[in-house]
Amino acid sequence: MSASLALGGVAAGPLVTALAETGSTSTAEAVLFWVLAPVMVLAACGLLFSRRTVYAAMSVVVVMICLAILYVAQEAPFLGVVQVVVYTGAVMMLFLFVLMLVGVDASDSLVETIRGQRWLGALMGIGLAVVLVSVVLNAADLRPQGLAAANAETNPVGVARVIFGDFVFNLQAVGILLITAAVGAIVLTHRERITRKVGQRERAEARIAAGGRLTPLPAPGVYARSNAMDVPALGPDGRPLDISVPRVLRVRGQERSVTEVHLDTSAAAAATRHLEAADEGPGPVPGSGSTPPQRAITGEEPIR
Amino acid sequence: MTTLPAALTTVSAALPTALPAATAEGVVAATAASGVFELAWLLVALPLASAAVLLLAGRRTDRWGHWLGVLASAGSFLVGAVLLVTMLGAPAEQRVQDLHLFSWIPAGAFSLDAGLRLDPLSLTFVMLVTFVGTLIHVYSVAYMEHDHDRRRFFAYLNLFVAAMLLLVLADSYLLLFVGWEGVGLASYLLIGFWNHTLPNAVAAKKAFVANRVGDVGMIIAIGLLFATFGATDFETVFAAAGGASEGLLTATGLMLLLAATGKSAQFPLQSWLGDAMAGPTPVSALIHAATMVTAGVYLVVRSGPIYAGAPTALLVVAIIGAFTLLFGAIIGTAKDDIKKALAASTMSQIGYMMLAAGLGPIGYAFAIFHLVTHGFFKAGMFLGAGSVMHGMDDDVDMRRFGALSTAMKATWITFGLGWLAILGVPPFSGFWSKDKIIESAFATNGAEGWQPWVFGTVALLGAGITAFYMSRLFFMTFHGRRRWHDGHGAAPDPDAPVRHPHESPGLMVWPMWILAAGSVALGGALYFGGFEYWLEPVFGHTEHDDPVLPVPVLIALTLLLVAAGAFLAWRQYAAAPVAVVAPRGSVLTRAARRDLYQDDVNEALLMRPGQYLTRSLVYGDRQVVDGAATGLARVVAGSGELVRRVQTGFVRSYATTMVLGVIVLAAVVLAFRI
Amino acid sequence: MNLVNYLVLSGVLFSIGAATVLLRRNAIIVFLGIEMMLNSANLAFVTFARLHGDLTGQVVAFFVMVVAAAEVVIGLAIIVAIYRTRRSASVDDVNLLKS
Repeated sequence: MSASLALGGVAAGPLVTALAETGSTSTAEAVLFWVLAPVMVLAACGLLFSRRTVYAAMSVVVVMICLAILYVAQEAPFLGVVQVVVYTGAVMMLFLFVLMLVGVDASDSLVETIRGQRWLGALMGIGLAVVLVSVVLNAADLRPQGLAAANAETNPVGVARVIFGDFVFNLQAVGILLITAAVGAIVLTHRERITRKVGQRERAEARIAAGGRLTPLPAPGVYARSNAMDVPALGPDGRPLDISVPRVLRVRGQERSVTEVHLDTSAAAAATRHLEAADEGPGPVPGSGSTPPQRAITGEEPIR
Repeated sequence: MTTLPAALTTVSAALPTALPAATAEGVVAATAASGVFELAWLLVALPLASAAVLLLAGRRTDRWGHWLGVLASAGSFLVGAVLLVTMLGAPAEQRVQDLHLFSWIPAGAFSLDAGLRLDPLSLTFVMLVTFVGTLIHVYSVAYMEHDHDRRRFFAYLNLFVAAMLLLVLADSYLLLFVGWEGVGLASYLLIGFWNHTLPNAVAAKKAFVANRVGDVGMIIAIGLLFATFGATDFETVFAAAGGASEGLLTATGLMLLLAATGKSAQFPLQSWLGDAMAGPTPVSALIHAATMVTAGVYLVVRSGPIYAGAPTALLVVAIIGAFTLLFGAIIGTAKDDIKKALAASTMSQIGYMMLAAGLGPIGYAFAIFHLVTHGFFKAGMFLGAGSVMHGMDDDVDMRRFGALSTAMKATWITFGLGWLAILGVPPFSGFWSKDKIIESAFATNGAEGWQPWVFGTVALLGAGITAFYMSRLFFMTFHGRRRWHDGHGAAPDPDAPVRHPHESPGLMVWPMWILAAGSVALGGALYFGGFEYWLEPVFGHTEHDDPVLPVPVLIALTLLLVAAGAFLAWRQYAAAPVAVVAPRGSVLTRAARRDLYQDDVNEALLMRPGQYLTRSLVYGDRQVVDGAATGLARVVAGSGELVRRVQTGFVRSYATTMVLGVIVLAAVVLAFRI
Repeated sequence: MNLVNYLVLSGVLFSIGAATVLLRRNAIIVFLGIEMMLNSANLAFVTFARLHGDLTGQVVAFFVMVVAAAEVVIGLAIIVAIYRTRRSASVDDVNLLKS
């Protein structure tokens, strides 16, 4: 930390010229400003216009880092470091976390819900800019003092003297505020448990009570020439066990019948099926096999 | 005959009465109560405690509760009797006593004590209320025997007695007001005692509302007194009343009169009394004939010192009394409902008392005198009416009575004695009191020329009409042809109902006998006992002016009119057959049957405009006030509807608005270079 | 070169970030736009520090980074939680907060 502070001080060093005497900044600072200012405005516009939330957040990060640089240039190396560490590092990351929590792809709909709000908002933004810039330009005929004297003991020491001197009570109050905020966040995001907690034992007992299958499901069919998830295994009686095929494949209709992989096995299966068909009436012709899969199985087909 | 009253006066003056006249012309000032008078609080406390026990203990007291009520009332009577005897033994200067009970409202500079004023006036009322009250309690034990809620009835009766005693014993207008409201409440509860039928509940409500109108007057009067004198107790107010302006006293007097008209069923607040007969008959006898309705007279008489400074108000009292006297009498002539006819008679008799009270200090004593005698004979007649109803399956229509004198002998005799008393036939009670009022009405009292003639004539006419309607009532009920059917033989009239009249049980008859005895003898006894002087410590001594007509002429005229009225009634209702179903009658009859359209007037003048007012207020409330509110809400909702479109729920739209705001702010900064 | 150029760049980046917030619907990208705006502001702060000869600007930028880190934690947690329930990261799907 101290190293970075020193770095900030060193970085600021050459930029800080005798502001008090000239009433104007150094050329180097001017160059820095004119490089950074357009970047910041563009990034801010990125926040304003980008459809994707993550882009907007990253634009803000850019603005904040640029601001940190400007702080350092403005003889406020402490604030510059705080800006990077606290704001960009902590707060913006918090934003990104929440962004992920809420859903990254939750982008704005294009339909404006409030009639005329788009034009009104744009007008307000432009009007605010015009008015603020006018006020600043009108009031800016000030003689800059520069912080050379105030920063004589290095900037962090000067800031610390002010914070722990004139603003010590504000500091305490802000501390209380932070604690309150932490508690508030916990309270706000707290979720009341309204049902009893269900543990492993309860789950197992519920499962047995439901009377379903207790053992693991049989593995899919394993054959000499075909070893696949989509072919059912044969039971002890030689009949295919549909349940051995994963449920998803069955729902999608991507299940293959035994016929397609081995004719002998299918014949045995067909014989069994014929017996059943005699009971049920006219069934499918033996040997024709079951209905072929409606979709061709390709390698790319994702299996979920 | 000509010298009879004068002779009586001389006799009474010469008698070594137990009531020496007050030495001073003026009123005796109150002294602190001492001795047995300190027990006066028991008067109120006994019935109040009994009422509390009966109401709070509930059904547990059902078996013996009525006897507790009787005992409480009798206990009050005993205490009152002891106080009366003690007071009779005291010299006149010590007959006005004030019993301090407790400090009631100590509020800064103003402090009002609750106290009882014990003087001849209040003790007179105490005796009337507790004696008649106890008799009616006893009567009610039998009368209400089959009523499921007899205990509650006695609780209310006790409550009434307590409140009435508080009313007459209070030593301040504020405490009087407590009793005033208490009797109003008891009256309301008792009128609506059988409130499971709607008309009774409505009648109770009507009485309550009419009384509240009067109460407003009472409250204003108390407020005026308090604002002027800073006190409401009688002692302070009466002492200071002489110095107050006549306008204020007139206003106070008129407001007190308003209160009195409400409670005493005087014009224009008299309409509730007839409907109040919906209550059980003992209630009508006690509250709506003998005691509570006379509270208005008590109030006026008690406030004598205020009226002394307000001759206009006093004149209005007399006019109201005279008007109601005729008003009630005319209504009484047409009513077929025995209780309502008696109620109209009560109204009319209280009109007499009001008239007497309105004549000023010379009439006060006669007003109270008539009040006491009236309390006896009217209560007796009401109990008689209750007895008749008891025997006639609670029928009240006199057109279905007739010839009951044979079936109900005791009722007939007691009622007949009461009838003679109210007619003013000498030497029955009514003669002594009513005749004095007529005399006083004819006396000049230092007033203008027209007043004696008008008031005197009205009082005289009233006596005649009273004789007519009371005789009509008496004859229709007890004499003439039978208009009911005893179930044997041929019916006398196709419309006649089947009835089995029988005499009431002893508990009902004995109170009637006692009251009848009072109707016979009380007037004379009090007259010769110097009742007038008995009250002098309260009213002061007043010289009586001579009537504009000689007294013997007045007595003769009165008796002549009474005889004429009674004869007319006999001819029409005893000698001639009476229709079972009321004939249509003349315009005046129909008007009198409808209480001379007082209800219609009330409805037209007060109720309808009130309803229109409330309706328009409601309309205004709905349209203007609610309209403003809902309109505002609608505007807000509408603008919200507009703004709602902006609230799409899309974060980006909100962000757009924010950015727009930023642009505008920055543009402002740019434009003004802040 | 004048230091104003940095400020102009900052303004332009800020505007692009804002436009991103307005135009994009994905919650994460919107969030990235917000981060872009924060970073452009930081650039302006650092430039101001240099203009004024004062390190406070840099310290503020530092704090902005810390707070942004906390914000990112929470924001992302929210996005995850929404994504869990709605299966969507679009900000337009989260539009229930309307009449």
